[in-house]
Order: sequence, then structure tokens, then C-alpha cells
Amino acid sequence: MRQFLALFALAAVVILSPAAARADDYVLTIKDHKFTPTELKVPANTRVIITVVNEDTTPEEFESNILKVEKVIPGKSRGTVRIGPLKPGRYPFVGEFHEATAKGVVIAE
Amino acid sequence: MLGALIIVFREVIEAGLIVGIVMAATRGVSGRGRWIGIGIGAGVFGATLVAAFAGAISQAFEGSGQELFNASVLAVAVVMLMWHNAWMARHGREIAAEMRNVGTAVSEGAKPLTALAIVVGVAVLREGSEVVLFLYGVLASGTSGMSIALGGLLGIVAGAAFTALTYYGLLAIPQRYIFSVTGWLIALLAAGMAASSVQFLNNAGFAEVLGSTVWDTSWLLSDGSILGKLMHTLIGYTERPTQLQLAVYLGTLLAMAVLMRIARYRPQERVVA
Repeated sequence: MRQFLALFALAAVVILSPAAARADDYVLTIKDHKFTPTELKVPANTRVIITVVNEDTTPEEFESNILKVEKVIPGKSRGTVRIGPLKPGRYPFVGEFHEATAKGVVIAE
Repeated sequence: MLGALIIVFREVIEAGLIVGIVMAATRGVSGRGRWIGIGIGAGVFGATLVAAFAGAISQAFEGSGQELFNASVLAVAVVMLMWHNAWMARHGREIAAEMRNVGTAVSEGAKPLTALAIVVGVAVLREGSEVVLFLYGVLASGTSGMSIALGGLLGIVAGAAFTALTYYGLLAIPQRYIFSVTGWLIALLAAGMAASSVQFLNNAGFAEVLGSTVWDTSWLLSDGSILGKLMHTLIGYTERPTQLQLAVYLGTLLAMAVLMRIARYRPQERVVA
């Protein structure tokens, strides 16, 4: 039982430990319910961390089914979004609360 | 107004579906109205709290607080659903027999209604906090706020109507089968929630294994469509599942089956035919 627990704990640590932080950081800014840049180039086949900065006073939901992300970014605040590894291609995303204007695409290459 | 109605409706139907299934699964159990009511009330209260502290939650754990929060509440719901199904596997037959004999009422306290009240609370909490944030944003931005707020309210009403539709639809199933049908629905619900939970962990930077996509059925049924969202809640459908999501999904179903099997086993009841 003891060994089993130790093994389980070890497995949990291996699975749950966050991968080492990557140096490259990508930033998307929301202002007036629009994303800047509207096209964000990221490397393919690797995990990418994007910081989404919401400069509006209202909350926004960063959403992309293809990127498997759904995250609320409160007004005047920022959030971290982890995506990938992606195959080369175009991956659209929207701000769900203002879908008419808040649109963009991640380009993996 | 229509846009707001649709956004709010899309969030509310997910919780509505779960409430409808839970109500059908507790059919004929006295006191269930109160417990489900408590679950919904606590969920709405929690949703406003979560929305009020959205900034703080978001900043927690190096910007991954929201994902970890979602992963945790989903995990709690999965455990509660497992507990419910295990309990039903042990006592379901007695309840069904009692319903036939004495009409409908089954004594309260015979059943862990708390587990399902927690599931309802968690579902309302998750979807509700997004509705609250959306409506807050609309009201804060001022312009034509009233019309959009009205749309939002209508969205909530439409969601409630959808809950009623789910419930009465399930009630059309003959009483003999209803517990096995709701048992299956709850098993699939739990498996889908477990798969979502592990994806939230992945988004938070944990469990970053088995990340490749198993299939892509976005051409057939998009996650963004209303039907896609319904199937997501109901059976855990997702257009591009990762290997990890699929493994967790199947693992949850298996764990549920094993647990129900163990719960059903009663050696002292062996009767010689």
C-alpha cells in the first residue's frame, strides 16, 4: 500500500508538474472590443503562452474552439492563455462578448 | 437585443440540460424540489461572487486561476455524479418498487439528494458567472444597455423553458426504464465533464501530455453551434478531442461501471431459487 501511494504520488507529480516556463511570450491586446494584432504569428509544433491584455473596462471572453480555449478576461486586466502544440495553419479566435468586432487569427508556422 | 438573448441562452441551456436530467433522475423522491432549489440558489449566488472576484480568480496561480477553478468544480461534479449512480445501483430497485406501490413519494433522507444539489449548484455557478459578467459588461458600457439587458433576461427565461422541456421529455419515458435511462445520461454527463476538466488543467499548464488531436468532426458538428453545445453537455462531444480527453472520458465511464457493479453486489441477499 505504501509503495503504491508513493508511486501514485510520483505519477501525480510527473503528470501535474507544469512544464518549464517558455521564454517567448506573445501578447494580444483588446481595446475598443478589437484585438491587436489581428494576426498573431507563433511557431508550430510547440506550446505557446499568450498574454491577453484587456484595456477595455468591460470583460471579454477569449474563445476559440479550434484552439480549445475559453477564458474570461475581466476589464482592465490580463489573462494567460496556453495553446498548442499546433500544426502549421490558421486558427481563428473571437471575443465572445463582442463577436462582431473582436476577431483575430493565430498563424502557426 | 437578439445578440444578447442568444449569448445568454447559449450559456443557460448547458446548466438547464443538467438541471432537467437531475430532476428526472430524482423523480418521485420527496424533498427533491427543495434540494434542487437550494442548488440553483447557491449556484446563482456563487456565480455573482465568482463574477465579482473574476479579476482576482484570473490572476491567481500565475494567471491560471480561472482554469484551475473550472477544472476543480467540474471534478467535484464528476465525483458527485459517480456517487449518485453508485447509490442508485444499490437502491434504485427499491425506489422503483416503492414508487409503484405507494404512488410517488419515497421517504426523504433515503437518498443523497445533496450530491445532486451540488451538481446543480456547480452547473449554475459555471455558466451563470459568464452570464453575470456579460450582462455586467453590457450595463457598464452604457449604450443601449436596457435593450441588451432585456435580451439577456429573455435568454434566461428561454433557458428555463428549455429545462422544463428536457424534464418533461424525460418523463415521457416509462417509469420502468426511467432510472436506467437517467443512469446512462448521468454516466455520459460525468465522462464529458471529466474530459472538460482535464482540458482546463491542460490550459492551465498542467497535464500537458497526450495533446494530439484524435479526430476532427468540426465539419459535421461545430462546438460553437447550439446543437454542438448541447451534445457537449449531454455526452461530452467535442469537435477535436485530444488523446488525453478521450482517455479520461473512457476511463470515467469504466470507473463508473466498476463502481456501480461493486455497489450492486450484496452477498447477504443471495437467495436459493
